[in-house]
Amino acid sequence: MKIEIPTTLRAYTGNQAVVTIQAATVAEALNRLTGLYPEFKKHLHTPDGKLRSFVNLYLNDQDIRYLPGREETQVRDSDTLSIIPSIAGGG
Amino acid sequence: MLRISQQVYDAIRQHGEETWPHECCGVLLGRFTTDSGAMINDVEEAIRAGNTRTDSAHNRYNIAPRELVGIQRSGRNRGLEVVGFYHSHPDHPALWSPTDFAEAHWLGCSYVITAVEKGSARQTNSFLLTGDTEERKAFEYERIEVTGQLEPGLETESEPVS
Repeated sequence: MKIEIPTTLRAYTGNQAVVTIQAATVAEALNRLTGLYPEFKKHLHTPDGKLRSFVNLYLNDQDIRYLPGREETQVRDSDTLSIIPSIAGGG
Repeated sequence: MLRISQQVYDAIRQHGEETWPHECCGVLLGRFTTDSGAMINDVEEAIRAGNTRTDSAHNRYNIAPRELVGIQRSGRNRGLEVVGFYHSHPDHPALWSPTDFAEAHWLGCSYVITAVEKGSARQTNSFLLTGDTEERKAFEYERIEVTGQLEPGLETESEPVS
């Protein structure tokens, strides 16, 4: 599958905008990504290992938080997973 | 430093005027470049986004992640990256607020804020989100170079928004 890396985190994937990973689930894909690029992990997870609250994961344009299997959702080679930090604020 | 054409600069300010008294928001696409060793976020386009914070649109904004995925993908197809974001502060100074800081997560990107007073765009400032992790991030004021001129920046405002 393909994992789309946001601009802000590309320094941790050797400046690759898209990383191709062989995996059976979303969780496995993320594990393999952070295995390939260990520095990426601290941007994805909190020090206690939880996915950071502001990191959104979209599997083919669907928020994985609303998929029944969440991070355990099965994936195929043709799937695209987008990692997208949130953007919000206000004065 | 943020480099932006007069046309795009005017467009983001106009967006803030159009949505007043609500906040506008959008994405800046362009390229990360350097000039004589200085890092430059070089803006090519400003893409308007919807503000999903309809519950408090006068002082909050949020871009739907799905829309952001689409904008990022569209830019990448044209060789452009997400180099920053913009939003307006209706009847508030063009300075980052605690909420802006807490919700800023795109390290290395520019966060442009335009103060819109009674429907008219006033000051526009840009803040670079620096640091190498979420725990060590900081906003740093950065100069805006509008093609052909230099913006005065913080000269007219000095107090942070609370």
